[in-house]
Amino acid sequence: MQYISNTDEDRRQMLAAIGVPSFDGLLEKIPASLRKFELGLPAGLSEIDLVRELADTGRANRHFIDYACYLGGGVYDHFVPYVVGHLAMRGEFVTSYTPYQGEASQGTLQSIYEYQSLICELTAMDFSNASMYDGASALAEAALLAIRASGRRKILVPSTVHPEYRLVMKTYLSCLDAEIVEIPSRDGTTDAAALKQALGPDVAAVIGQQPNFFGLLEEMPELAAAAHQAGSLFIACVNPVSLGLLQPPGEYGADIAVGEGQPLGNPVSYGGPHFGFFTVKEPLLRKLPGRIAGLTVDKTGRRAFVLTLQAREQHIRREKATSNICTNHSLCALKAAIYLSLLGKEGLRKLALLNLENAHAAYDRLLRIPGVKPFSKKPFFNEFALLIDRDPELLKESLRRNLILGPLALSDFYPEVRNGYLVAVTENRTPDDLERLAKAIEAV
Amino acid sequence: MSGAELIFEKHSQNRASWLPELKSSEESLMKKLPASVLRRHAAELPSLSELDVVRHFTNLSHKNFSVDANFYPLGSCTMKYNPKVLDAIASTSAFSQIHPYAEEADAQGALKVLYEMQGFLSEITGMAEFTLQPAAGAHGELCGLLIAGAYHRSKGRKKTRVLVPDSSHGTNPATAALCGYEVVQVRTDEKGHVDLADLRSKLDSSVAAFMMTNPNTLGLFEEDILEIARAVHAVEGLVYYDGANMNALLGVCRPGDMGFDIVHINLHKTFAVPHGSGGPGSGPVGVRKELVPFLPSPRIVRDEEGYRFLKNSPQSIGKLRSFYGNFGAVIRSYAYIKALGREGLRAVSENAILNANYLKARLKDAFDVPFGGFCMHEFVVSAVRQKKRGVKALDIAKRLLDFGVHAPTVYFPLTVEEAMMIEPTETESRQTLDRFVEILLAIDRESVEDPAKVLAAPHTTPVARIDEVLAARQLNLRYRKPQAPPKPVEAKDPAYSR
Repeated sequence: MQYISNTDEDRRQMLAAIGVPSFDGLLEKIPASLRKFELGLPAGLSEIDLVRELADTGRANRHFIDYACYLGGGVYDHFVPYVVGHLAMRGEFVTSYTPYQGEASQGTLQSIYEYQSLICELTAMDFSNASMYDGASALAEAALLAIRASGRRKILVPSTVHPEYRLVMKTYLSCLDAEIVEIPSRDGTTDAAALKQALGPDVAAVIGQQPNFFGLLEEMPELAAAAHQAGSLFIACVNPVSLGLLQPPGEYGADIAVGEGQPLGNPVSYGGPHFGFFTVKEPLLRKLPGRIAGLTVDKTGRRAFVLTLQAREQHIRREKATSNICTNHSLCALKAAIYLSLLGKEGLRKLALLNLENAHAAYDRLLRIPGVKPFSKKPFFNEFALLIDRDPELLKESLRRNLILGPLALSDFYPEVRNGYLVAVTENRTPDDLERLAKAIEAV
Repeated sequence: MSGAELIFEKHSQNRASWLPELKSSEESLMKKLPASVLRRHAAELPSLSELDVVRHFTNLSHKNFSVDANFYPLGSCTMKYNPKVLDAIASTSAFSQIHPYAEEADAQGALKVLYEMQGFLSEITGMAEFTLQPAAGAHGELCGLLIAGAYHRSKGRKKTRVLVPDSSHGTNPATAALCGYEVVQVRTDEKGHVDLADLRSKLDSSVAAFMMTNPNTLGLFEEDILEIARAVHAVEGLVYYDGANMNALLGVCRPGDMGFDIVHINLHKTFAVPHGSGGPGSGPVGVRKELVPFLPSPRIVRDEEGYRFLKNSPQSIGKLRSFYGNFGAVIRSYAYIKALGREGLRAVSENAILNANYLKARLKDAFDVPFGGFCMHEFVVSAVRQKKRGVKALDIAKRLLDFGVHAPTVYFPLTVEEAMMIEPTETESRQTLDRFVEILLAIDRESVEDPAKVLAAPHTTPVARIDEVLAARQLNLRYRKPQAPPKPVEAKDPAYSR
């Protein structure tokens, strides 16, 4: 299959207009030694054969239509209303470029401005950029910002923060004179006493995740206050759906708040593409990485939107930019804007309540199974950890036989936690699903 | 209605009707959470019916130029047609409704796609192995330079500088700076190529890498590439390939054969992933054999039992993002490569080069062409002649919008005065190109006969020229509800205690 629009006759005439006898004449500058090779790839496929072959490949994946998913750990099987995909997949959004030509991109620019506004409302923060790659890289960029803004070099990170996020931050900070200090946990949440002990004049920022990787709720105001007392910034990494019920980072003193945006209307899609949201309080505005859309007027005085504060960015500042980021996962952020608009104020709260209800129903039911114990008794939102005293391989088999994906084995991330499992329960799980999960565990 | 109401300024009955009813009372549920963690003021989200949401975003979409509706010759961005079947494949449940933490056995289809894609890209670029983890081109650059740094350290070399051409994209120096390198620019010579003498004068043992594109930012093939690679290797530096311009080379020649050590590819340019109004894209990175151990973790490998993750690579630079990359983008490009096959890929580059040279030939009388000769997939013209009449490249760009054509990239590269960088891509027809030429020639005539009309353009877009200075001076970056104080949601007294 090809998507070329020129006919052979077009090509002949075009070569004549250029003044070369054959196409190869256009390649005269390429050394002959470089041109002697054949691509070792298969021949092309018709659309019919392509669709058939990819459907065959897809059959080797176990997906959420056939399997009830209890896997979470940062991305969740939330229901995405059809309107989201319908609108976001319009060609005018999908096949346009970054809105540098403002007059030709008012649709994208206004949607980014609305996205920024929605995220600020959700987080109670002052300003949002147009989005980042994902939650992990957003957290890493937040740490970079904190180091830049404070002139200090240490970042304190509780061990309860998503392990992959900590790894990504380590990679991003590996070229700087910076140090990441891990703060231990007590009964599944950050050990505040250990945190206070680690604080000092060289600490750029303290990070807190809400809910944390185990699904447990942290005492975010206490962590933020401790950070501020030492003159450090506080970075909150939050689950956006939880903010339907939980205190937003802007209200407990976060200076920077970031998070994974997937739960807001984006399919799980094997881990990407999603987006990271990135918000700051006013004093840090000019240090924000990435794109920002602003509202202004056109020369006739009409309302108009445009990318602004570009003097921070790589295409203007080159090596002096606040980040090397050059994209914003716009389409994923657009899905979030549509999703939040569809939810509305009451819908957001109801969604969070449904998650809370289902997760606690599952928790209560699973704890009735002999040999199943809570990892911690602290409060949680829509995800929790259990200790399941069963042979891991037999458990895995039973779950698969019962058309269940997950829960996630904690030993993959915390080798010291034996028989620990992380269970995510969204609004998508039914009472029948929960019963099936319980039975699958009981059967082992 | 002015036609630009914000979603916050519209009101109707919101129902969020996909959500089922709660089974228990809200009051009993709230007891599960301590009062100290609860939200006191509800988020002020807009209230709209489903129909009004659909209308709002549909009407917004009408205010965009797009490849689906407009010719979009935006240089360096490769705005080719994005086949719709790719979107459909990526959206099937089998690929969009799968979890990254699923057991390997539960995701063999996805792992097969990733594994084979690594192989396709290796073959197309002539590299030993690829990672698909980077989310974008700039993310790929970060990955590549981290690999370069780890490699040099493993050899005990102290490297402090990265060289970039003066015509390079801003992400190159920004990435080098992020990785802690001093950035040094290399001049472009009078023919539009890397100035070999200037490069040689800046090469010494402190150089970690030379980052470049080929074809370069002017759309010209760097004919001295073999010599350049030899010179950089002679000081134990690495040659980094920014794949922004890979659309010119499919089946024509390979960065690996030219001597490049690290490459990144923009799947959203060359391999038909739609640009999505500015992302998501994907920026896979390939390396030659010696650098494979430094690739991000996990790598995806195949053995007798199937496809699996390889997590223990002690020399790896680590993780660049959560999970394995933008899978939804990778599968589109995977299907694109399968659809086109070896002949189809070669046809992409042949037609991209042909279309660009045809446009260049037809425009060379009306516009200054700073660098003559044949180009690859794009070229740069200059509006210096029109500027003498008072019409700048920016004015021409805005005037093009009135004809339903997206503007070329203007004022880039920074080294060409009044630059207009034009990339037609392979998917455009000769008829579209001819029409574009006629429009540009008409604007050139207007610059003589009626320059005021060009200066006042655009006339037909939803807004006229935008006041960017005001936008930066009086920052308005979000909606705020006019003076309504947030109404506290009464916090229920929770029985819960810890």
